[in-house]
Amino acid sequence: MARIGVFVCHCGTNIAGSINIPKVLEAVQKMPMVVLAIDNKYSCSEPGQASVRESIIENDLNRVVIAACSPRMHESTFRKTLASAGLNPYLLEIANIREQCSWVHSDNKETATAKAIELIRMAVAKVIRHEPLQPRQVPITKRALVIGGGITGIQAALDIANAGYEVVVVEREPTIGGRMAQLDKTFPTLDCSACILTPKMVDLAQHPKIRLMTYAEVKNVKGFIGNFEVEISQKAKKVDHLKCTGCGICWQKCPVKKIPSEFDLGLGTRPAIYIPFAQAVPPKPVIDRSNCLYIKYLNWVAAGQEGKKPPECRACEKLCPTGAIAWDQADDLVTEKFGAIVVAAGYQTCDYSHYQEYGGGAYPDVITALQLERLMSASGPTGGEIIRPSDGSHPKTVAFICCVGSRDKQRGKPYCSKVCCMYTAKHAIMLKEHDPEIQCYIFYIDVRAGGKDFEEFYLRAVEEAGATYIKGRPAKIYPQDNKLVVRSEDALLGKVVEVTADLVVLATGIEPSVGADQLAQTLKVSYDTYNFMVEAHPKLRPVETQTDGIFVAGACVGPRDIPECVAQGSAAAVKVAALFSQDTLTTDPLIAVVNQARCIGCLLCVAICPFKAIDYQTTRDRRLIAQVNESLCKACGLCIAACRPKAVDLRGFTNQQILDEVTSLWL
Amino acid sequence: MAIGYEPRIIGFLCNWCSYAGADLAGTSRIAYPPNLRIIRVPCSGRVDPLFVVKSFQLGADGVLIAGCHPGDCHYAEGNYHARRRIALLRPFLDYLGIEKQRFRLEWVSASEGKRFSEIVSDFTETLKRMGARET
Repeated sequence: MARIGVFVCHCGTNIAGSINIPKVLEAVQKMPMVVLAIDNKYSCSEPGQASVRESIIENDLNRVVIAACSPRMHESTFRKTLASAGLNPYLLEIANIREQCSWVHSDNKETATAKAIELIRMAVAKVIRHEPLQPRQVPITKRALVIGGGITGIQAALDIANAGYEVVVVEREPTIGGRMAQLDKTFPTLDCSACILTPKMVDLAQHPKIRLMTYAEVKNVKGFIGNFEVEISQKAKKVDHLKCTGCGICWQKCPVKKIPSEFDLGLGTRPAIYIPFAQAVPPKPVIDRSNCLYIKYLNWVAAGQEGKKPPECRACEKLCPTGAIAWDQADDLVTEKFGAIVVAAGYQTCDYSHYQEYGGGAYPDVITALQLERLMSASGPTGGEIIRPSDGSHPKTVAFICCVGSRDKQRGKPYCSKVCCMYTAKHAIMLKEHDPEIQCYIFYIDVRAGGKDFEEFYLRAVEEAGATYIKGRPAKIYPQDNKLVVRSEDALLGKVVEVTADLVVLATGIEPSVGADQLAQTLKVSYDTYNFMVEAHPKLRPVETQTDGIFVAGACVGPRDIPECVAQGSAAAVKVAALFSQDTLTTDPLIAVVNQARCIGCLLCVAICPFKAIDYQTTRDRRLIAQVNESLCKACGLCIAACRPKAVDLRGFTNQQILDEVTSLWL
Repeated sequence: MAIGYEPRIIGFLCNWCSYAGADLAGTSRIAYPPNLRIIRVPCSGRVDPLFVVKSFQLGADGVLIAGCHPGDCHYAEGNYHARRRIALLRPFLDYLGIEKQRFRLEWVSASEGKRFSEIVSDFTETLKRMGARET
């Protein structure tokens, strides 16, 4: 006989403010098998949990319903409370009367109260059929995968490796470093970006616990926390990195010179065999297959020698002192095992080609802020000389437009990219340092300087660098006499202003890297409408995801600056290290079970299971029956809905429990 | 049509996307009508057509199944199974004399609290207009 205790939480005024708790308790006391119904100010607090614990013992309760916040919030908390009272933790049910009741029906206390009573009635109906369950222990592969080799991924990988665990870093580009490697200086300290980043890149490459896979991508992920199986596609570099010494003869002598450099955002050029930048890690080149002459020749031969014959160049092969060029190297697909995954897939700056009013890329002297970083960088295409891309002259008047691809509802980017205000202030300060004659005009919507030393930094741009801030979103840029005219409203003066500039810099916003949505799908991680990854809880679980064992960090979750990315990389690393500090993993026993007497051996469940978790066996009386592999079952319940004789059921969400929940509404 | 008719709606929401989306509506304080009773299921593919039929048999005015968007299922393909199963269920409900407006399948992600509230509001409004089911 079930002895149910119901605990109704006030959650301060979050619940009690819009639900009549005494009325709820009165109704709950009359529900079947409920022997106790009491309220708590905060059930999750220590006194609240103590009250639950003591009540279980005093009243000999064997089932508990907590009517409080979402089970996604505190189900695990209260399971522990049950366990501390000596009750099996799976004899708990949560009635979600906060997120799905008080917070959405605060306008009508009466209906909210009535609904809360019904939600509790449903939970009571369900909890009756809960059974005591024992969690399972599974071994952990103590090896982490870090996806993305930007500053976030680098930090996460170093911290996990320093904790003593093996790490594999997968980076799509030929080098690690990410966006931070492209920056010249960082705000608000004006630290040289490369000087603080490249030592970390080297640390990563030399760490005995870290294996780096560049030019590689994650293709498929199977398994679960502690036991992931990941397929990684390694793109052929056509260079044997074990033989290559990175001497650089090949990329100096490659006859193909004029390929726009991705790293320099088209402002510089690179050869067909290349490293993206001088401090690249690994400092060894890859051959760009679409531009290499010899590969073009091989493709021409393979295609039946049609059209013009490309030259059989092979200059790099002839000159390489170690014989490292490997034409026969093919793309490879490797499968590796991991216990945890950190996603640090990073961001890109938004493409402004649809901003026709700003030329959409048609005006060479309208550049993005990241391009300006490359122009400012001493290792950039101009050696740090700031010039106009059109004619190489030195600009004297520079206009900045903030919030391009941010805070723009009409273009589907309503969010703030967070870093642009500060990097624009940085640019104003840096330009003044480069050339005191430069005058900067900054068009802004609001200056957002929330951060340590940010406001002071912004004031420095205004007071020391003398930047003129104009409040307004420019309506148009148009060329005039070899210059560009930026036309905008000055919202403070309430009139139209025009600034004639030599160079216009667009503070393009942050968006997730291309392919972030596919990666999220591969990993089974939620992503939002902008393709940013969704964390398990925005406040309290910022680097976890709803998929156990998969962590997210950095700008793939939302706009972040460098220190936040570093902090998140470290945070994710701690989560991984905490997981790996255990030898076995306790996993949920809420999985599918087969009632052998009912199974007719149709094996529909075997075909439907996405995780190949159902197998079959032959009984002694030669019947085929389904069998669940407990360590593979992820408790989706697909097999249950497909099972015709209702032989397979899902613990914690049984057919009878769900039907009882429905039925309870009409009792 | 009964003025002020308050329909009773049963919603089967997948734990990973739609239930989380409903929670987000709460966290964001986006109000919607109180007529829906949510039943948490691991996946929209967990929903047995029997649950739907039973709900209508008991007297539900509407049934909502909500899951992750196609391609986003936490279990890779559960929502595709749900979609196919529901495609087969619809003609049966029609046969039972249950108007098609009374049964909805929606995709709601964990970040779509607003969308969730809009769906509930719209569904409740539709069912209010339709009034009580003829039995």
